[in-house]
Formats: sequence, structure tokens, C-alpha cells
Amino acid sequence: MINSPYIRKPASVQGVMLAVLTALIPAIIVYASQIAAVVLVNLAIATIAALAGEALVLKLRGRPLAPALSDLSAVVTAWLLALCFPPILPWWATVLGVLIAIVAVKHLYGGLGQNPFNPAMVAYCAMIVAFPSLMSQWPAAGQLDFATQLGLVFGGAREIDAIASATALDTIKTGLRAAGATVQSIMGEGNFGLVSGRGWEWLAPAYALGGLYLLARGIITWHMPAAFLGALAAISAAFWLADPAHYASPLFHLASGGAMLGAFFIVTDPVSGATTPRGKLVFAACIALVAYIIRSFGAFPEGVAFAVLLLNICVPLIDMNTQPRVFGHRGDKAR
Amino acid sequence: MLTALLIMTGIAIVLGAALGYASIRFKVEGDPLVEKIDAILPQTQCGQCGYPGCKPYAQAISNGEADINQCPPGGEEGIRKLADLLGREFKPLSEEHGTEKPKSVARIDEQVCIGCTLCIQACPVDAIVGAAKQMHTVVAPLCTGCELCVAPCPVDCISMVPIAETVETWKWKYPVHELRSAA
Amino acid sequence: MITRLFSFKGGVKPESHKNESSGTPIQKAPLPKRLVIPLRQSIRSTARCLVAPGQRVLKGEHIGEGEGGLGTSVHASTSGTVVEIAPSPMAHASGLETLSIVIEPDGEDRWIDHTPLDLHSVSREEALAWLRGCGIVGMGGAGFPTHVKLGGGRGIDTLVINGAECEPWITCDDRLMRERAPEVLSGAMILRELIGAKQVLVGIEDNKPEAIAAMQAAASGLGDDISVVPVPTLYPAGGEKQLIRVLTGVEIPQGKLGTDFGVQCFNVGTANAVHRAIRFGEPLVSRVITLTGNVARPGNYEVLLGTQVSELLDLAGPKADTDRYIVGGPMMGTELQSLSVPVSKGMNCIIAASPALFPPPPPELPCIRCGACARACPADLQPFELYWFSRAKNFGKAQEYHLFDCIECGCCAFVCPSRIPLVDYYRFAKGEIWARERELQASDQARERFEFRNFRQEREKEEKAAKLAAKAAETRAKLAESGEAAAPAAETEDPKKALVAAALARAKQQQAAVTPKNTDGLTADVQAEIANIEARREKLNPQDADKAP
Ligand code: SF4
Ligand code: SF4
Ligand code: SF4
Ligand code: SF4
Repeated sequence: MINSPYIRKPASVQGVMLAVLTALIPAIIVYASQIAAVVLVNLAIATIAALAGEALVLKLRGRPLAPALSDLSAVVTAWLLALCFPPILPWWATVLGVLIAIVAVKHLYGGLGQNPFNPAMVAYCAMIVAFPSLMSQWPAAGQLDFATQLGLVFGGAREIDAIASATALDTIKTGLRAAGATVQSIMGEGNFGLVSGRGWEWLAPAYALGGLYLLARGIITWHMPAAFLGALAAISAAFWLADPAHYASPLFHLASGGAMLGAFFIVTDPVSGATTPRGKLVFAACIALVAYIIRSFGAFPEGVAFAVLLLNICVPLIDMNTQPRVFGHRGDKAR
Repeated sequence: MLTALLIMTGIAIVLGAALGYASIRFKVEGDPLVEKIDAILPQTQCGQCGYPGCKPYAQAISNGEADINQCPPGGEEGIRKLADLLGREFKPLSEEHGTEKPKSVARIDEQVCIGCTLCIQACPVDAIVGAAKQMHTVVAPLCTGCELCVAPCPVDCISMVPIAETVETWKWKYPVHELRSAA
Repeated sequence: MITRLFSFKGGVKPESHKNESSGTPIQKAPLPKRLVIPLRQSIRSTARCLVAPGQRVLKGEHIGEGEGGLGTSVHASTSGTVVEIAPSPMAHASGLETLSIVIEPDGEDRWIDHTPLDLHSVSREEALAWLRGCGIVGMGGAGFPTHVKLGGGRGIDTLVINGAECEPWITCDDRLMRERAPEVLSGAMILRELIGAKQVLVGIEDNKPEAIAAMQAAASGLGDDISVVPVPTLYPAGGEKQLIRVLTGVEIPQGKLGTDFGVQCFNVGTANAVHRAIRFGEPLVSRVITLTGNVARPGNYEVLLGTQVSELLDLAGPKADTDRYIVGGPMMGTELQSLSVPVSKGMNCIIAASPALFPPPPPELPCIRCGACARACPADLQPFELYWFSRAKNFGKAQEYHLFDCIECGCCAFVCPSRIPLVDYYRFAKGEIWARERELQASDQARERFEFRNFRQEREKEEKAAKLAAKAAETRAKLAESGEAAAPAAETEDPKKALVAAALARAKQQQAAVTPKNTDGLTADVQAEIANIEARREKLNPQDADKAP
């Protein structure tokens, strides 16, 4: 028997996921046209790998395929990974990363809605630990023609040093090790644009545009992006104001690496994130702090992924302590 | 080396003494375990467990004399709760003690009752009212359904009737799980 | 007077579907062929039957006396003959039966004599008892007795009249306010007098401009402290707590009554019923009900209480593909289990549902913790946590997360992208918790009674022993006195045995002499029955047989 409510909003998981995919499109366009068109190929590879991996696990678990495959959640994970990985990553590495995310992180924990960690970020971290050199070869925007990109993705000679440079974050970090170097001197010479890596910096507004779309659709709330970007800007500003020669500007931090992608698409993953309004603020702000520390002082060039995982662990704790006030209850919080 | 050993031993002795003192000093009156077990038992007082009531059975469990699966009115859920409380493995209800039945209450056929008072004496919770040679009746809300009054009745006028669901006791069922996928 | 409006968090905006039924005036339903009036008016209260089959009753005649604190009187809705008193299904999600009085109308619809109550000549208590006697209960759905709600009325500042009617499809309050605004306001003024409120706020959702206009026109002559306030259309603005919050800013926690916070809230239908009860002395025997959905003639009908839904539906003409009927609105209503259910005081709407209008939800998916439900929840709960705990039957945790603050409004399930029937889980969990509570109480009571019985038996044994000892001492003394020193040694050693022997001898004598007294002067069949029973008894207990007289 069906009980009330007898009417439902035409909302669906598929709809939510579709909106996320739509929101990624501006960034994909910028990526493909300004940086490396091969990202489209990577997206396709990742999508196929994700769907195949999901189908395989579902089969093994004896679950029906259709509803799970059509909910598009695997595709979202796949796209996020394809956008996080370097565009010239060999195809097998992309496939491996996606399979880690789908099989190990999502399904071993019970499938959609059950995973305590963000699948894309676990896969990203696993890959960066397992293949540190492959994962840190980033072409400068428009540096390689499409054939070379394809060649790199589908095997063939990898003359690593000749073709690959590092990300803007990496360049600054390694550059600062040299005596007498300042942020300004480094940014003056290499592949830098207005605020961050040339070409790459345009990705940030594209992601932000997609994020605003998600906000407008009500898929995500303002809490996480605002807290994340706010905290990142605040801490980088503090260091920058104290020592502008050795710390990059807040603008640089906001426009570099995974900041914007993270703020709107990764931190906001509902399954593994905090759920209460105040919890979301705490969660996202802590990610920003940890990410900044790893970026500036840690061994890895980008810290968002690690920070997300670290805070995923804390989610139950955060949620438990930030339960909102229940209607009619004064002061005493729901717990 | 030797001093370290001595110090350790010294600490051990002091702590041991403190613990021992504390256990005497702060000893809880009565046996809270028996109370806790008794709180789980259904209080039907039927004696099917082999003890004259729930409290004695609780006492026996806590003394380790009785197993946890001897109370049919408590059913599986009761055994599960006992297993949880005592940190033991769940086991199915022991068959020799009876089977789980739907909850019932006794009803005296008032046309047949001869007023012998035997059932009054048998009822563990004083749920039957009546006087010698007068018609008896069961106060249904007080009856635990223990069936102890059934056997003593000389004219067999007591029957157990299952409690019917009323609007007051009706409850929503567990939603049927239509979870077609967990992916 | 300008009222500052507040808001509550959450809420949803389902399609309103009010136009289907709000266009036509309220029509009077024809006299039904049969009236079924349940003696149980709500889950909590029953009434004692005052009539017998065959008895003739008049419209408004008192046929059931409310029992207990929550009971209210039950009346015949028209004149006719009581044909039977039998169980019949009631309007409840369970579809269970309850004892009902079945009346066959005589077609005259003749009122019993009734007189208005002059509020100024009676005390407050008398007025409340009058309302109880008129069977006035909340007509917004819950059916809570009005006199009980009025009962604690001290220090009330604001009386809220609920005309929000936020559930989709329902328009009975809308029509009532459009057509009988003066009556509704007169009822509001009576209620206000009874609780001594300083101001009256009538909250109406702003999607009912005609009702607002009619009510404002009617209120204009009544003074400054009564105002008709349009409130934003947002489900569940008509929830009592939500409306109070919107109009006054006061939040009433779960388990508390508005009286504790100086606010009390009544539905417009209730106000109308109060008006009729006081100004005309008419008990509550009819109500306005919306028939809508998949029907040919949707509209509002004034229906006698006890009219069976099947007869009512003929008025609206359900279309062929109607597969079920929903009582109440689509957000909180329940499916009708049987068409013989009678119209009750709290029944505001019947929606004929078809697969096209109310498609079955697509399959449920796992919760993705998207938080949409939490954003929609007007009680500021975390529905997905409640769902998780209820599903795992972890009721303690569910209660910790304030399960009982949930008003079952359905907003969470309405928005859930995974289409989880969240509210079903809450209803299940609440039911289980209540059932456990009942069981616990019963077992505590049983334990107490068992322990007392043991104690009593112990005491009786002791008393008996004491008596025995005293008697023995007495006997011995007597024996000693009468100089019968030669009494057998055994008897002095065991006074009990001596007593038993004496008693036995006495009993034997008596048994021979006396026949049972209470068999004298009985009718022949009783004698026969006794003989019968004795025969059975003999068969069962042969050793007793010789003792039987
Ligand atoms: S079997 Fe009967 S007496 Fe024994 S614990 Fe269970 S209910 Fe109590
Ligand atoms: S009335 Fe009978 S069944 Fe009920 S509690 Fe007493 S002895 Fe047990
Ligand atoms: S709306 Fe549904 S899927 Fe989203 S958190 Fe609530 S229960 Fe889970
Ligand atoms: S049904 Fe309960 S949990 Fe769901 S939105 Fe309404 S009040 Fe909140």
C-alpha cells in the first residue's frame, strides 16, 4: 500500500546528477578549447570505465543494473576524475583511477549513498601516491597539438621532461626552494597568466559559473562553497600580507589547482560530506585550511583531495555536534 | 632494572589495593543484574521457564543456573535483549519450555463458572475477581495471559482468547522495502 | 492594524489544485438512505450508547455519552429509527471496525427542540460543558475536543483562527469562509470570550483572495482587535504550530499546548460549529466536505455526519479510472479502506485518485544524504537521520533526534530525490515506540501485582500461623482448666493436628445436615443447568463426587 504523501516533486537522483554534469560543461569547454582538447577523450574513457565497472560490480553483487546505471552517479564521479587528472595521463591510468573510485570506494562500502569517503578523491589520492611522476605532468595551456596529446594518452614515447611542465602551484613551490626566489620573480618568468597558470586560470571562473548554476537549481547550498572559498581566501591573505615575497596571493590560490572545482563540485558531494548547515560551514572551512597547509608546506603540490578525505573521517563528529535547533526547542540542540 | 621492577610492583600493589577497597566501599546494594534481567522479562509470571515467576528466573540466569532461552512469552525478541545485556550469543527458544504464542487473555464463561475460587488462587497477578459460589470474571487489562488459571478450573470454563487488534493498538507496519538497487 | 508576519523554515509548494472544487457554492447533500454513527469519535475517545435498536430518534438527539476526559457527545444527524448497533469500519488508516449506531432516516429530518445558550448567564465551565454536549471537536482533521482545548484558557493573549487550508485540493474551509464569514467570525468571538484572548488573528493563505475579502468585510465591523491576515502560500502553513509561528512568532514545542504560550488555535470549521452550538443550540451533525479529484462534479457539499462515503460519491460522480480514494489531502491524507466508512467530524476532503492524477512513485533508491529533506522540513529536523534510525529500528536514537517533533507533514518525502517513503518509516517507528511503552507499563503493573500477591500470601500464612498458635494456646488452657490433664500427649505436642481433626469432624456433621442454599427457589432451567454442570464436574473430578450433595 502506498501512504501519504501521494504527490511528489518531480525530483530524482538522476536529475540531480544530470544537473551536476550540466554544470561541468562550461569548464569542459574552456578546458578543451584553451588547454588540451584531449580532455574530451579522457572524459569518454572515464565514463566508459565507470559504467563498465559499475555494471560489473552490480552483476557480482546480484543487483539489477538499470536503476543504478541510469542514476548517473558513476558518470559524475568519472567526469570529476577526468577533470582532476592531468590531461596527458595514459588511458590505462585513467581507467585504473576510475575503477578504484567505483569498485573499491563506492561499492565495497555498499554502493550509492553508503560510502563514507568521496570516491573521486580517494582515487585521486591513490593515484598520486602510486604514480607520482605520471600524476604531476601537466602540459602548459595549448603547448601540445592534439596528435601529440593523443599519442601521450594512448601510449607511445613519453619524453617526459621535454613535454611536461608542472602546475602553477608546483612551480611556485619548487621555485621558492631556490635561494633568493620570490613569488613575484617566479611568476614573472614561467607560464603564468594574470593571476595563475596561463590558460589554466580561466578554468576557475568556468567552474564557478557551473557552481552558480547548481546553487540556482538548489542542488547545493551556499554554505560549503562560501565557507571553503572564504576560508581559503582568508588564510592565504593572512600569509600573503605577512610575507608577500614567499606566499602567493589569495587570488592565486583561488584560481589555482582544484580550488574552484573543489569548492563547487567536490566538497559539496552530499554522500560523504557534512549535512547540517553549521556542519557544512565547519566541514568546508576545515578542508580549505588543511588544503592550504598541504599546498604551502606539504610534499604534494595540491592538497584539496587529501584535505577532503581527512575531513570525511570527521563528518559524523561534525554532524553530531552541529545539529540544528528543532522547531520549538529553545537552546537545547538535537543530538 | 631492579628499581624499575620494584617501582612497577609497588604501583601494582597500591592500585590493586585501591581497586579492592573501592569494590568494597562502593559495592552496590542488591544485585542490579537481576533487576536488569527482570526488566527484560515479560512479567507474565507463567512459570513456563521452570521457575515460579519471572524474578526467580532472572535470579537463576544471573547465577548462571538457567539459560537465556527458556521464556516463551518473551519470545525471540526477549532472548535477543537478554543476549545483548549479558553479552552472549543468541539462541532460539528452547522447545521443552514451550512456543511463542500470540498474546491472549483468559476469559471465564460466566454461564458455566461455579464460583469455586480455584482460579483466583492460581492467578499470579490477582486478575480474577469473584467470591465463593459467585460468578468469577477476568479483569482483562490486568491479565498477563499466563494460562495458570486454565488447568485448575474444575468445570473447564476458562479459555484463552487472543487479543484482537483495535484502533488503539493498531500500528503502522514496517514499510515494505522496495529498494531495487543499492548502487 | 498591521501584523508583522514571521516565517517557519522549510515547507514546500505543491500544485494547489484548488480551482477544481472552489468555484461552485456549497451544496446540501440529499438525505442518505442510511446513517452510520460510530461511537468511537477518535482514536482516544469512545462514547457510551444511549439508544437501543428500534428506538426512534430526532435530529440532534443525544445518542452517545462521551466517556473520559477526551470524550464528547454523539448525536443523531437526522430523524429516523435506530436499526442496529453493530461494528462498522471507521475512517482510520487501519480500516478497523468500531461499534456504530445505524440509523434509518425517516425523511422528515425533524430537529429535536434546541435553544441557544446565553453566554452571559452561565459560567465558563457550563459553557464548556455545553460545547462538550454539542459534540464540538476540531474540524481540521485531528478531531481534538474543543472544550478540552478551551479548558486551560488562562493568560491567553492571542486567538488564532486557522483558515490557511494549505493542503492541495481541499477547499471546504475556503468555501465556508466565502459563504459564511459572519458565522465563522461570530464563532471566533465566542471562542475569544471563552478563553479571554485580547486579539483574534485569522490566518488565510493568500491563494484564497475571495475568502480573505469576505472575511475582511465581515470583520470590519467587529473592532480593531480582530484582523484577517493573508499569509504566504507555503505548505504546511496551515499546520497549527506553523500558523501560530507565522502569525505570532511563537514556536510551540512538541508535547506542549498553545495555552502555555498564550496562544490558542482553532479551525474555521470549528468556529462555525461553535457559533451554531451557542447561538442556536445545535449540536454538530453536519459538515462541509470537499469531493474532488478524478470526479465529474467536484465541489463542496454539506453532509450529515454518518453518511457513508459510497452514497456521497454518487454526488460527485467518480470517473471510470478511479482506483482509490484519499481522505484528507494528498500530503497527509490516508487511503480509504472501505467505501462504507461514514463521514466523521474531522473528514474534510475525499479525493478520487487515478493513476494519472496520482502516479505511483518510481522505485526507491538509497538515500544520498542530499539534505533536500532537511531543507524542506518545517520542524527543522534531519529527516534522513530519522529515516536511518527508524529503518534500523534504532528507536532510542530516533527519539534522541526528536522523532516525536515530526508532524508527519510529508514535506521530506515530497522532495526526496531518492523517493524514499520517509514518513512511513516515522509512522512505523512512532507506533513501535508507543506499543513498547504500553507493553512496558503492562509488565511493570504485572510485576507489581505479582509481588504484592506474593507478599499477601506470605502475610496470610503468617497471620494464619499466629492465629493457630493463639488458638492452640487457648485450647490448651481450656483443657488445663477443665482438669482433663489426661489429654493425649500427641495432641499437646501438635495442637494443629487436634484442630484439624476437630474441624474435620465438624465439617462432616455439617455436610450431612446442610444442602446448598442458593439452589432454592430457582427456575426450572437454572436447576437443570446446575444439574448439568454438576454432572460434568463429577465426570472431571471423581474423587469429589462423594462430597457433592
Ligand atoms: S516463562 Fe513465564 S514466568 Fe518465566 S520468565 Fe517468562 S513470563 Fe516469566
Ligand atoms: S487470569 Fe488466568 S491467564 Fe490471566 S493472569 Fe490470571 S491466571 Fe494468568
Ligand atoms: S531527501 Fe531523500 S535522499 Fe536526500 S537526504 Fe533526504 S532522505 Fe536522503
Ligand atoms: S514529515 Fe516530519 S521529518 Fe518530514 S518534513 Fe514533515 S516534520 Fe519534517
